[in-house]
Amino acid sequence: MLNIQGIHKSFGSLQVINNLSFEVKEGEFVAIIGPSGSGKSTLFQLIGGISTLDGGAILLDEEDIQLKRGTIGYMPQQPCLLPWRTILENVTIVEELQQQPHIEQAQAWLEKVGLAQFENAYPNALSGGMQQRVSFIRAIVSDKPILCLDEPFSALDEFTRLEMQAWLLSIWEQHRKSILFVTHNIEEALFLADRILVLTKRPATIKEEMIVPFERPRSEGIRHSAKFYALKQQLFNYLKEEKDDAYVD
Amino acid sequence: MIQAIKKGRTIIFIVFLLFIWELIVQFAQIPQWLLPAPSAIIIEAVQSYKAFLPHVFASVQLALLGLAIGIIFGLSVAVLLHRSAMIRELFYPILIVSQNVPVLVLAPLLIIWFGFGLLPKLIIICLVCFFPIVIAAMDGFRQTSPELKHYFEMIGATKAQTFWKLEWPYAYPAIFSGIKIAATYSVMGAVIAEWLGAKKGIGVYMTLAQSSFRTDRVFMAIFAIVLLSLLLFSGIRVLEKLVVKGRGLHAEHSRHS
Repeated sequence: MLNIQGIHKSFGSLQVINNLSFEVKEGEFVAIIGPSGSGKSTLFQLIGGISTLDGGAILLDEEDIQLKRGTIGYMPQQPCLLPWRTILENVTIVEELQQQPHIEQAQAWLEKVGLAQFENAYPNALSGGMQQRVSFIRAIVSDKPILCLDEPFSALDEFTRLEMQAWLLSIWEQHRKSILFVTHNIEEALFLADRILVLTKRPATIKEEMIVPFERPRSEGIRHSAKFYALKQQLFNYLKEEKDDAYVD
Repeated sequence: MIQAIKKGRTIIFIVFLLFIWELIVQFAQIPQWLLPAPSAIIIEAVQSYKAFLPHVFASVQLALLGLAIGIIFGLSVAVLLHRSAMIRELFYPILIVSQNVPVLVLAPLLIIWFGFGLLPKLIIICLVCFFPIVIAAMDGFRQTSPELKHYFEMIGATKAQTFWKLEWPYAYPAIFSGIKIAATYSVMGAVIAEWLGAKKGIGVYMTLAQSSFRTDRVFMAIFAIVLLSLLLFSGIRVLEKLVVKGRGLHAEHSRHS
């Protein structure tokens, strides 16, 4: 699936990513957490092909996707819906760039997640959480082998965020598309992912890898289990070490 | 409701000002060739509108044609300047400087070069219309939100796709602001162009009225110009509401009322 092989990236004298390697397997949900400014967005720019690598390789299904744009499904932090397009037209934009969009497929997805009634509405009629749902459906409908989610819920309020996590989980557990999920929210990563990669501070590389032991399908209940707390504490400590180091610098 | 009351107030105030004007003219006994009373202007308008209307139609035709060419020309220039850094570096400063040349001083030149036909008149209107459109459109393109641009990069849009599917529609409200300003200028441009020599038009009517000291007719022409500008302006606002969708807030901002 997605293979990141020893990549390096610097901006001038500032080294942002140093020998970073990991893999996302078919049907796997991988979360990346790291201290702020640890190069998470740079990583996405590299995978998205809008920035050049200084070393290493990025393979998607054995194919080098360096500087190849539009090979991944992408969901940004802000909904990024176009205000002059209806919800349906927004959802089909990615396909529209390359070929004839599959309108029926998009409609079916909106139907499936209960957004069918908004098909012909404009984004300004939807709440922030709803817009983010549309944004996620847009990434799915783009029909790429992997979805890259860049802190998708960080701009939402706490309550909507919890709701969105449960929503995302329920959809994902039915379809099992490979997902690479960047977040700075430990709980979110634990609740959603199969595997969590903890990044070091700049220059980023993998500090720790954690396999999340919870069974699927998961329920809200696991948030309150002792195991969840213990793992959360462990991840928190990893991040804290990176933070402390940063202050020593 | 509140807006309706506010509009009502404005109209009452204008009527009040006209009334004061009427009073001053009556009491100070100002001769009609110097300043006619509003009532005299209205009476003149009622009596001679049949002779006046063909002039109005001629000017409207000229203004609309000039505006249309100005819009097409202005938008093309804006797209070119926005999409090519080299062209922008070369021509943008010239464009700004050129706006310091008053159109009125160019008019005699245009007549020397192109005669008294339609062409020099259209060039004049085009010159006054295209600048606000170029500036507004370029601003609109530039103000496209960086998040959306980044998103378009990430989903693999080409430069052309990013422009036509993102920056161009994003700039609609700004473009319409520019067109609204240009529309009011276009009527003025048409009148100026007609002063230089034409067979028909509000400008011609004004020149004739002025040379025979029919000040009431001059005022009639002025009111006609104001009315036409307002009509064009609201026509474009209606068009804007039809074209700019899903952006209640933005449309609100770009309104000039």
